[in-house]
Amino acid sequence: MTIQETPNMYKLEVQDLHKRYGSHEVIKGVSMAAKAGDVISIIGSSGSGKSTFLRCLNLLEQPHAGKILLNNEELRLVSAKDGSLRAADAKQLQRMRSRLAMVFQHFNLWSHMSALENVMEAPVHVLGVSKSEARDKAEHYLAKVGVAHRKDAYPAHMSGGEQQRVAIARALAMEPEVMLFDEPTSALDPELVGEVLKVMQDLATEGRTMVVVTHEMGFAREVSNQLVFLHKGLVEERGCPREVLANPQSERLQQFLSGSLK
Amino acid sequence: MLQGYGSTILDGAWLTLLLALTSMAVAIFLGLLGAAFRLSPIRWLAALGDTYATVIRGIPDLVLILLIFYGGQDMVNRIAPMIGYDDYIDINPFVAGVFTMGFIFGAYLSETFRGAFMAIPKGQAEAGAAYGMSAMQVFFRILVPQMIRFAIPGFTNNWLVLTKATALISVVGLQDMMFKAKSAADATREPFTFYLAVAGLYLVLTSVSLLALRFLEKRYSVGAKVADL
Amino acid sequence: MIFDYQMIWENLPLYWGGVLVTLKILLISLAFGLSLALPLALMRVSKSPWVNFPAWLYTYVIRGTPMLVQLFLIYYGLAQFEFIRDSFMWPYFSSATFCACLAFAINTSAYTAEILAGSLKATPPGEIEAAKAMGMSRSKLYRRILLPSALRRALPQYSNEVIMMLHTTSLASIVTLIDITGAARTVSAQYYMPFEAFITAGLFYLALTFILVRLFKLAERRWLAYMAPRKA
Repeated sequence: MTIQETPNMYKLEVQDLHKRYGSHEVIKGVSMAAKAGDVISIIGSSGSGKSTFLRCLNLLEQPHAGKILLNNEELRLVSAKDGSLRAADAKQLQRMRSRLAMVFQHFNLWSHMSALENVMEAPVHVLGVSKSEARDKAEHYLAKVGVAHRKDAYPAHMSGGEQQRVAIARALAMEPEVMLFDEPTSALDPELVGEVLKVMQDLATEGRTMVVVTHEMGFAREVSNQLVFLHKGLVEERGCPREVLANPQSERLQQFLSGSLK
Repeated sequence: MLQGYGSTILDGAWLTLLLALTSMAVAIFLGLLGAAFRLSPIRWLAALGDTYATVIRGIPDLVLILLIFYGGQDMVNRIAPMIGYDDYIDINPFVAGVFTMGFIFGAYLSETFRGAFMAIPKGQAEAGAAYGMSAMQVFFRILVPQMIRFAIPGFTNNWLVLTKATALISVVGLQDMMFKAKSAADATREPFTFYLAVAGLYLVLTSVSLLALRFLEKRYSVGAKVADL
Repeated sequence: MIFDYQMIWENLPLYWGGVLVTLKILLISLAFGLSLALPLALMRVSKSPWVNFPAWLYTYVIRGTPMLVQLFLIYYGLAQFEFIRDSFMWPYFSSATFCACLAFAINTSAYTAEILAGSLKATPPGEIEAAKAMGMSRSKLYRRILLPSALRRALPQYSNEVIMMLHTTSLASIVTLIDITGAARTVSAQYYMPFEAFITAGLFYLALTFILVRLFKLAERRWLAYMAPRKA
């Protein structure tokens, strides 16, 4: 059966996600839908649950309720002993994760591998791509993000900006359906933030589907086409970034924006 | 000077080396298994691993050797008639020695490996999982290579202790260099000479090991930042 | 039968005697070993190669050879020399207890010296600078700042060394002493029941190990309180 991409087909869909830590509920029913080419920015103060929400999408955190669909395929979940939901089929989870590449706040490049090896690793060992093809792709993507000259360097010998760009190349090499970014610039020195945002902007312009948890309001306003404002585990406001940021409807968003620098 | 006992002591030295290397191989296997158990979220596995490590490390090597050797032999021959085997079963000293030392040092290594695994930043395994790697892939391609770098100092220490502990196997009759030295000493009434010679051989073994492991540490630290002391 | 409790129960007095012998040997060895380790450690941190090298050689050789060899060299080996047999020291060198304690003390002095030297070298440089800036003499610096700090920070590693020593004392049984292991060997030989004999010995050592670990935790709580995480 072939899946034809219609304009209404969502690449990534999350329905009514809940998550709690013990008795404290941190995500109280959040839904989200991303079409092909959507760039969704999720903003909110710390404790709003935005990173947790993102990490639930690839089950790095276990949700307690909700549905996750990638290209209309539902990630099958079963209840575990403590009430949380686990993947019903480990192989399905692995497969879906390989289609959802994640870029982490602290890069998480594998420190015993060079940049090139980092980018080649998952394509070869998860997707089964041949080493030579993976190498070609890796060099292509490393060049694309502007760190081709560092391909044989180890993460410990690179600046934060370089490491994060390698991490983005690593995500790109998987040729994912949707890219997830978890506060990608929060751990960077201010002068390095720009180079990473530029790469992300280029990806957005190309038409990649991205979900980005971020503090960078400039990026949210200029690059993304949907803004989600989370507050205490609920979607407080949602809409087109320029409008929402220019005219915040909810009081909480107004407060949040007056507190942030941009 | 060594009154012709030189070659037989060297034979013993060869056996000592063989014993140490094979025991260490067994110990590495048991140590990795033990560490994996102790770090496992499955509670009874973790308890089993912890018990193994704590009990073995709480009893002197000599007592464990005597227990496994004589006690083990005893047990085997108590149980054998119950399952219908009537002959006296003699356990090969070398095999028993390898199993004993491997079993003992597996416990010490499980502690070393456990600490080494715990030293790896959590994000490393997370990134592996996030990209769709299976648990086995994460363990063997991400965790074990990085664990080695953290484990080398502890492993060096364990190896050195193991090589010296092999001397104790002579007590139960394995003809390693300690045993040979004792025979020579008894025959010639010159214990000092022969024990000094054996001490020299152990020192050679220790020194070579230290150099080799220092080289290994340098090689595995390629990706790491070294503190500028 | 699988385990003969009766026989063990009857022989407990022998094991108890063994415990006392073990503890006696342990304490004597540790006391002399530690006293020797202090000057050795100071030599090991010295910048002068004339002072450092002999100490390094001592610790290198002792830590590079098995305890059993060191024990045999002293107990069996020294008897080879006529001048020892004829000297006034002979009553000592022919005593198994003396030889065992001497061998163990020398062994632990080498390991402990390295532990203390490492601890001394790891003293935060700022603390030393502050002491010098206040005009402390070298000996005052050592007595009031360096040694107290180094000894405390060495406590965790030294506790490991003490437990290693407890286990090492089992070698005394090889030179005829009736410590815990000696008691077990006696029982094993007498009743042809090595399994029970050595399991019992193991249990005694486990108990002693746990007690030592506990004691050191208490010591750490008292002497390393300044390094503990803040209480709420």
